[in-house]
Amino acid sequence: MSIKRLSPEELLGLDRFNVDEGHPHILVDKARCAVCAQRPCLTVCPARCYRLKDGQVAFDCAGCLECGTCRVVCKDKGVTSWAYPRASFGITFRCS
Amino acid sequence: MSDDSFDVIVAGAGPAGSACAYALAREGKNVLLLERGDSAGAKNVSGGRLYTYALELLEPGMYLRAPLQRRIVREQVMLVEGRRATTLDVADPAWGEGVPQSHSVVRASLDAWFASEAEAAGAVFASGMRVDGLIEENGRIAGIRVGEDEMRADVVVAADGVNSLLAQQAGLFPDVEARAVGVGVKETIELPDSVINARFGVTGEEGVARVAIGCTEGISGGGFLYTNKGSLSLGIVFNPEQAAANGRQIQEIFQDFKEQPSIAALIDGGTSVEYGAHLVPEIGYHGIPKRLHREGMLVIGDAARFGINTGLVIRGMDLAIVSGLAAARAILQEGTPTGPAYLSQLEELALLPTMRAYAEFHGIFGISRIFREYPALANQALGFMFNVDGKVPPPMLKKLLAVVKENVTFRQLAADAWKGYRSV
Repeated sequence: MSIKRLSPEELLGLDRFNVDEGHPHILVDKARCAVCAQRPCLTVCPARCYRLKDGQVAFDCAGCLECGTCRVVCKDKGVTSWAYPRASFGITFRCS
Repeated sequence: MSDDSFDVIVAGAGPAGSACAYALAREGKNVLLLERGDSAGAKNVSGGRLYTYALELLEPGMYLRAPLQRRIVREQVMLVEGRRATTLDVADPAWGEGVPQSHSVVRASLDAWFASEAEAAGAVFASGMRVDGLIEENGRIAGIRVGEDEMRADVVVAADGVNSLLAQQAGLFPDVEARAVGVGVKETIELPDSVINARFGVTGEEGVARVAIGCTEGISGGGFLYTNKGSLSLGIVFNPEQAAANGRQIQEIFQDFKEQPSIAALIDGGTSVEYGAHLVPEIGYHGIPKRLHREGMLVIGDAARFGINTGLVIRGMDLAIVSGLAAARAILQEGTPTGPAYLSQLEELALLPTMRAYAEFHGIFGISRIFREYPALANQALGFMFNVDGKVPPPMLKKLLAVVKENVTFRQLAADAWKGYRSV
């Protein structure tokens, strides 16, 4: 068997998550994202939590790897709040 | 002393936090080591190499107990141009002798072990505890909050990683800037040890570390590959601003790297078992915040943005451990202000002097052509010299000059050489 190219969904499918339903640890203001010209989050989020849907930035924190890149690159302060997930939620790395 | 009052609270059980807690607990300090993950290492990702001297500094022989992967005896540098690659392989068995120079590591096991060492030394270790805030009293940090609970200590050590929300909350320094970090992505790929040994030309528990340039579409950054026991760690670190400007998703560029023939041959037949990402402090000495302490608080490890990247040597975990030890020694010096004592320990333990020695190295990565044109030039020049097609070859010097001109102008070459010279 040869090793395959993996899609973002397949990559995240390798990982163990415990999603904190109803308590997103990152809050995104779509109104600010709407006027952001650069939208670096679409490119650099390693989990592709930020995606373009009908011309708008759609954010889903399920699959977040908790790296902090979106917070650091966000240009127009569309990421209004960034925290780590509550204890026992989020990603659990087993062999990284 | 009540149950929720400690001499020291360490927030974060990575190598920095656990080293600090270990060094304090063995001297009898009442230490609380907190970790937000369900276990230490559960939230951590690193490329995967620890320079062993740091554990030796903490306690001679300690590394023998650690769940280290392979001792690195071969160092490789790979220059990539599309499907072509030129790889330099530096082998020195001495790196694996005595106390080996470095080992590949897997954080889930390394960090869990390290926290258990701190616990065995007498620290109270609690995982599944996210520090939500700091208690500030009379201008000093007096403790931390976890949910509704308050815990107090003479000193709070922020070992909460590169994003250090605690140091920000303490007003020590602002959020890390995009230009000061790299975003790393990584896959852990399982392969039998016999296959790893055969493919990488090592035996037993010897291992290989590889860095790669030319695999980032010209973005400042590079690939890495470490051999572990029964697995490989393969990834790329990108400058996030340049990656954003490039416009292609970084995990797509990473998947291209897996398909690069020279990499594909190494990982063939393997099984991807995990995907991770993490930020890394990238700009070395100039990225260290001015204030690493205030009354009642010290900042260590990635939180203090200790990191060295010379292009060949990438250091973080060793500096984290050394800074944890420096903080512990400062706290143990009764009667001296802890903050200044911490800074002197960082000098005495050679952390800051070492980072200063490499202070300008980051300038190398300001030479943008390192990430595309120069790897291409090397591959084209060597490719030409190895090429045999039965035809009369062009004059070698003329052809080599043409290869150079195809990639860079002589003005650029001179400017880059000067910049490189100035940086090192």
